[in-house]
Amino acid sequence: MPDLTRKEVEEIALLARLHLEPAELEKMRVELGAMLEHFGAIAAADTTDIPPMTHAVPMDMALRADEPQPSLSVEDALRGVPKHDGNLFVVPAIIPGSES
Amino acid sequence: VTTTAYWTAAEIAKRVGSGEITAERVVGDALARIAEVDKKLGAFLVVDRERALTAAKLLDERRKAGDKLGPLAGVPIALKDNLVTKDVATTAGSRILAGWIPPYDGSASEKLRAADAIVVGKANLDEFGMGSSTERSAWKPTRNPWNVERVPGGSSGGSAAAVSAGLVAASLGTDTGGSIRQPAAFCGVVGLKPTYGRVSRWGVIAFASSLDQVGPLTRTVADAALLLQAIAGHDARDATSLPAPVPEFSAALGSGVRGLKIGLPREYFDTQLDNDVRAALDKTIAALRDAGATTVDVTLPHTKLALPAYYLVAPSEASSNLARYDGIRYGARAETATSLEDLYKKTRGAGFGPEVKRRIMLGTYALRSGYYDAYYKKAQQVRALIKRDFERVFAEVDVVLTPTTPTTAFAFGAKATPLDMYLADVFTLSCNLAGLPGMSVPCGLGADGLPIGAQLLGKGLDEATLLRVGAVIEATVGLGDRRPGGVG
Repeated sequence: MPDLTRKEVEEIALLARLHLEPAELEKMRVELGAMLEHFGAIAAADTTDIPPMTHAVPMDMALRADEPQPSLSVEDALRGVPKHDGNLFVVPAIIPGSES
Repeated sequence: VTTTAYWTAAEIAKRVGSGEITAERVVGDALARIAEVDKKLGAFLVVDRERALTAAKLLDERRKAGDKLGPLAGVPIALKDNLVTKDVATTAGSRILAGWIPPYDGSASEKLRAADAIVVGKANLDEFGMGSSTERSAWKPTRNPWNVERVPGGSSGGSAAAVSAGLVAASLGTDTGGSIRQPAAFCGVVGLKPTYGRVSRWGVIAFASSLDQVGPLTRTVADAALLLQAIAGHDARDATSLPAPVPEFSAALGSGVRGLKIGLPREYFDTQLDNDVRAALDKTIAALRDAGATTVDVTLPHTKLALPAYYLVAPSEASSNLARYDGIRYGARAETATSLEDLYKKTRGAGFGPEVKRRIMLGTYALRSGYYDAYYKKAQQVRALIKRDFERVFAEVDVVLTPTTPTTAFAFGAKATPLDMYLADVFTLSCNLAGLPGMSVPCGLGADGLPIGAQLLGKGLDEATLLRVGAVIEATVGLGDRRPGGVG
């Protein structure tokens, strides 16, 4: 198992949308490396012809009739929003320079 | 009797239902004990005093008006704070949910209220259920009532400590890799993780969806049966909830273990067990034989792969589940963000604690394109092998008996590295990976005065046999009237 590089850790943090301070990045590099080395033990298991188990119990896709059901009111759903404008979530500009 | 603390849930429900005592009195006692003791213990994140008292008074009025009350009438209960409660702050032990007031009730709180239980508050936990000591709560540690210098276990540490110290008669926890059973063992209470799908996950703040399950922590096996009865059953709002009939769990309790075959898996006894844990398990095995059970040595050969498989599957699911915490729709939001992506990164960087970040990173790594087959898929295949081990053993025996933990409760700060902490769960993980029911029952005290738990693992949907065997362990080698001395 090759050691993780700082760059790899930065890439994973970006994929996870997780800001890490420089000291956190280095700590994470060491800790993740140790874990992956330990958990790499599963590579030795013979899993030929063993289908991956995605669920604890066998189950079919549960679908209900496509009919409207009661749900949260808009007012209730918006109660925990950090910032909103009427029924809209307010977020920083997505396209640079589009702030109005 | 000056206080109803330490009454069992069954006793309370019977006496409140008959009018021998009021729910107001019982709930008042619980709130008074919480006010007195929880400063030292830290089991609660929220005490919902006014609403609990109002609910208790309403219950008493209904009884006076001739209503027949439910099976948990007046029983004060704590809910682990990853169980969503309408209008009561719920954070799952994380800063990222600071100030969030859920607009709906989860299935657990709905069903408990329908059974006339009184939810008195929300119990502390490791952030999002990720931990084995409750040291990873963003808010505060919880202490073990048997010795306040020791951890209560985790992640349902608040739920276990509150029941152990007589603050409430019962609580609910969640168990993804041992988070009900391990703290139950450390705090000397009964903890039951039902079969995956037995209890609805509607309103559980998700950690690892294919492993999470809600279950009771109680002081007696009979109370565990009573609580499970109230929360079990199909729920259309949880697509993984099983449409299986729910048996009368209390019915099996008195029937003993004569004729039962109990498997003793070599892999759980051949490892580094504390001498006291080994001795307590030997006594438990002898007691079960004396009561008429036969014991059989069995082997679960893939046991040593459970830990690596679990720590790839669970963080992978967590990294996906926790993607929802982005500061947009609810929860905390970073104030200084310059762009949407920056908002996500800063909100999550500031809102999650170190253990949660580690698991998100590990899961993101394992799911990454190019690594998926070697880690996530391989771990799911190993998971299938672990399940096959159990299927083979359960063709031969009725139930499997193991220690719940290799040691008694450890000291604060004792687990120096993340891996050390993960190893505390080494005996409880397989059960979740296989989707089977598991229960920890107290089976004595160590020389350090701390409780030891015996773990029972059962066939899918066969919680009844766990309860039946658990009742015999309780009656023969259980703690009896011994109570924790750490908090008075």
